[in-house]
Amino acid sequence: MSLLQVQGLGISFGGIRAVHDVSFNVKAGEIVSVIGPNGAGKTTLFNMISSIYRPDSGTVHLEGKDITATEPHRLARLGMSRTFQNLQIFQEMTVLENAIAGYHMQESGPLWQDLFALPGSRRRAAKAREGAYELLARVGLKNAAEQEAGNLSYGALKRLEIARALATEPKVLLLDEPAAGCNAVETEEIDELIAETAKTGIAILLVEHDMKMVMRISNHIVVLDHGEKIAEGDPATVSQNPDVIAAYLGTGEEEASHADG
Amino acid sequence: MNMQSKWTQIAILVALIVILPVFFPSGYYYRVGALIFVNALSVVGLVILIGFAGQISLGHAGFAGIGAFSCALLPVHFGLHPAIAVLVGALLSALIAGMIGRPILRLQGYYLAVATLGFGVLMSMVLTNERELTGGPDGMRVADLGLREVLRDMGLKLSGGEFWYAMCGLVLVIGVWVALNLYNSPTGRAMRALHGSEVAARTVGIDVASKKLQAFVISAIYASVAGSLLALQNGFITPDVAGFMHSIEMVTMTVLGGVGSILGAILGAAILTLLPQVLTVFAEYEQLVLGAVMILVMIFLPRGLLPSIAAKLRGRGE
Repeated sequence: MSLLQVQGLGISFGGIRAVHDVSFNVKAGEIVSVIGPNGAGKTTLFNMISSIYRPDSGTVHLEGKDITATEPHRLARLGMSRTFQNLQIFQEMTVLENAIAGYHMQESGPLWQDLFALPGSRRRAAKAREGAYELLARVGLKNAAEQEAGNLSYGALKRLEIARALATEPKVLLLDEPAAGCNAVETEEIDELIAETAKTGIAILLVEHDMKMVMRISNHIVVLDHGEKIAEGDPATVSQNPDVIAAYLGTGEEEASHADG
Repeated sequence: MNMQSKWTQIAILVALIVILPVFFPSGYYYRVGALIFVNALSVVGLVILIGFAGQISLGHAGFAGIGAFSCALLPVHFGLHPAIAVLVGALLSALIAGMIGRPILRLQGYYLAVATLGFGVLMSMVLTNERELTGGPDGMRVADLGLREVLRDMGLKLSGGEFWYAMCGLVLVIGVWVALNLYNSPTGRAMRALHGSEVAARTVGIDVASKKLQAFVISAIYASVAGSLLALQNGFITPDVAGFMHSIEMVTMTVLGGVGSILGAILGAAILTLLPQVLTVFAEYEQLVLGAVMILVMIFLPRGLLPSIAAKLRGRGE
């Protein structure tokens, strides 16, 4: 059975249909990519799945449970986490603290224990710190642990954001352009990290512009254009699909400047 | 960054409190010191709200008013011991903060500022207008805490100034200890995380609304206890304690010292408590000089005194 089931999802902004009737499934350990020209509605789709927007129609199921428009912090509890296209890092905290924050659900406990630094509170915090160190080692940021996050390079921050999402121990991970703005080396590092993560059985839903990366790591690709799904299938099938080629290269009257990869 | 060394910071604070009296030219300065500690206590609470959780309040004097008038009223009307009245006042403040915080903290930025401002004004008006109960603008007497007499019987003779200096100093140290505990705790981390990015905080499962509310309630308790201490040490209280100017003063102290730094906030409280004393030579220009100092600090040291100076010392500049 699919971990994540997206069924007929749609939303309009001021009468403009941003996303219309999009359905697809993601299985455990699978990497599914959502691609499409700029403005095709990829991020909007992500924002509906992760409850930042409330969809006008359609449903999202996680492990068979309807999670449509569930409060975002509860989604994390149910096993969904995400990263953002325009980095959402806790800039004024250290790299380590950012990773520890990912363990919030595990480390939080009674407030009064925290106020008086009682053993219970310190034990929870120490455990989260341990996990965070391991995670930072896994994404190659252990040496930067004590630095203020704002000082890291863009590629490192992208990895930190993934690490923080992994700390929540998600079943489904949504990655919104994890390699955007990264150089070739950084892209490759993130690429590996995503593949490794999928191997641990986490279902990954990816929005990405780097076509080489998408073709290389995806098991399944969903193509959006003007908010609608125009094709889906494995990388080889999708890249041969005439509708997809038309959407990316334009068909005469449409703008022909969308070629990405 | 400068919060990691919890015990170093507490040691510095304790050392200052203990050593400073050596340099006091007269007993009057114990009074000034105690006033600094009381202001610092409310400011430490605001560091939790503003510096940790990134929320603003322009009405926290309202909670100081609740704390102060609890100490004035409860012993008279219910025969409670003033020390118990401090606790009841703090509980009352926490309850009221919890109730108004829920709807108010949904607002952001200017709207939150105006809503909290409204609460402060409301409290101030109630205390001013309920003449029967609070004495109105003339204020009312506050019963003595009685602890000084207990200490005297035990052989420890302290002047009123010395006693309140020690008492407020002690409460401040406890307040700082709690705030530093919170900073490095799971809850404090969640507050600082939502300050950095609310959407990201939600993705890791942080209940943003509830953490904001906790910060608001905790800071209200700080303000309430500070108000109680002020009432008790003066033996007299007027509704000015809940006034708009007092709220602004608290926020100004917090920002002047550096919102993210507890010792910085205490420095801010010290400077803004001392400055008017020094500036009496300027007589009617006092407010003008005060305002000018604030503007200059904000232009040249935008992160507040202590963090800016610390950054300069580390050579990163500002």
